Amino acid sequence: MGAAKQAIHAAVADEADVSVAEGVPAERPTTRKVLPIVEGVVLVAALLAPLVLQDYLTVFATRVIILALFALSFDLVWGYAGIMSFGQALFFGSAGYGVALLARDLNVTNILLVLPAGTLIGLTFALLLGGFLLLGRHPSSVIFVSLGTLTGSYAADRLARGWYYLGGQNGIPSIAPMSLGSYDFTEGPAFYYLVLGILVVVYLLCRFLVRSQFGLALAGLRENEQRIAFFGYKAQHLKAIIFTIGGAVAGLAGSLYAFHEGFVWPNMVGVVVSTQVVLYVLFGGSGTLIGAVIGAIIVEGVSFWLSDNYRDIWPIILGLLLLLVILFRPLGLISFVLGERERVGSFGAKPKEKRNAAP
Amino acid sequence: MPLLEAAGVKKVFGKLTALDGASLTVGENEFHGLIGPNGSGKSTLMKCIAGAEVPTQGKVSFVNTDITEFTPTERARAGMSLKFQITSVLPSLTLYDNILLALQAQCSLLDLVFSRTRGLLHDQVMTMLTQFRLADRAFEAAAALSHGQQQWLEIAMALAGKPKLLLLDEPTGGMSLEERRVTGELLQPIKQHCSLVIVEHDLDFIRDICDRLTVLDQGKVLASGTVSEIQANKSVQEIYLRRA
Repeated sequence: MGAAKQAIHAAVADEADVSVAEGVPAERPTTRKVLPIVEGVVLVAALLAPLVLQDYLTVFATRVIILALFALSFDLVWGYAGIMSFGQALFFGSAGYGVALLARDLNVTNILLVLPAGTLIGLTFALLLGGFLLLGRHPSSVIFVSLGTLTGSYAADRLARGWYYLGGQNGIPSIAPMSLGSYDFTEGPAFYYLVLGILVVVYLLCRFLVRSQFGLALAGLRENEQRIAFFGYKAQHLKAIIFTIGGAVAGLAGSLYAFHEGFVWPNMVGVVVSTQVVLYVLFGGSGTLIGAVIGAIIVEGVSFWLSDNYRDIWPIILGLLLLLVILFRPLGLISFVLGERERVGSFGAKPKEKRNAAP
Repeated sequence: MPLLEAAGVKKVFGKLTALDGASLTVGENEFHGLIGPNGSGKSTLMKCIAGAEVPTQGKVSFVNTDITEFTPTERARAGMSLKFQITSVLPSLTLYDNILLALQAQCSLLDLVFSRTRGLLHDQVMTMLTQFRLADRAFEAAAALSHGQQQWLEIAMALAGKPKLLLLDEPTGGMSLEERRVTGELLQPIKQHCSLVIVEHDLDFIRDICDRLTVLDQGKVLASGTVSEIQANKSVQEIYLRRA
């Protein structure tokens, strides 16, 4: 049933693309909006999940929601600004380590302190790295930025492994739970809904940002950076801004992750996790926000199920699945239901409303 | 004092000398044509003026400022605009958004984030679209336009920021005769506030709209002057005969 629906949507989307390509006058912005429906379905499913899932699965789902938040940060920088960041875990992990140290050394676990602190750590690291990689006088090449971020993540991994204060190879175990007054957030439905609430708020903020006129500038940046520089845009500044925001979101996700898992370890800042988030977004579909969330849920869900049922060969099956999607659906799973026109979307208020509102 | 002055511009790519001390002077509100055989260095000179390439030697001044080392962004902010040879409108965006994208380049970040630009610039967007005869298709994707219309959209985008100088690289490439004629008509009104440097193969088109011409050959200026002076010039006739 669902699959048939998807096929129909895909057919409709393809048709629209063809008419555009042939130069037949396209209709005005379509009234058919798939994106809000997808977002609604994902939200409802996420809200209901703890009610139907067993406890240990709710814990797993919480982890997935945190990773979805992390995926959002990569979608912002790659899907919207076209910055190939292979070091997103640097911001995720450093925030995780930061809040773990706050909890271990200063006994600070208040949620109102640790989450802003984690966000700030991610933001600061992204500002420093982004400033270095992106803010040259001339635009930096994609390869420079991707290698730079990759190196940053790799270096952080090595540093964490070798630094006794950070627990070396073992990381920092037994982090005290996050608290609010006398209430401790331990694994379970409360933590799940907290994380989901944060994801929804951050998602809406990101959505507001990418659908604003700033988002239009980002679309220009992504499609043709040189062109918009010739209009007078400070393209590198735009990139540094979105990179920094991405770092902040990754930092928020990293601090939640640290408290949820109860420990941090060097992998969290390293290349493996950096690559993982790239896969979520490519798999789900970049430049849509919801694609990143869906990608994280499906990749993690499928790995979980596969590792349970095919203990030995599951990474191979997962790898093949990812390859298939990237080969045949380069725009990710979301492209089964979402046409190109809606993916790029519109920016700011609808022009019609604008005209009515104008005196 | 001229609006634009490129003096002794030399550009070397490896062993190839694309420009060998070319100069170009453009006054205010002047339409200046840049012509010459293929490989004569026209596009390279345009790129050096626009900032897409940095000259190996020589100097480019714009409104009394040495801009040789300026980035494209700084040039745009100084009042220079460029239409690329290859159309680079953003195909999946609407015409309206394409123009708005160009118009809001110098707006503040807060205006962008809170989408105030749309309210501020709506009238200007529609004026540009009307001027370029595209207003009735404002909310279609740019990909739906014909090639000629895409070129007009691109010119409209280049003019959106009210530049003092517009650089057009082969604006009529791939256009029908009728589209070429309309392009000429569309460009005439901008003369009141903007100078134009135009690279074009269509000599009739150039002759119709330009005040002055500069002829390049093998990276050097062969001749420069009014249209009738150039037409009477023996060596110019020669290179075009040689080519034919």
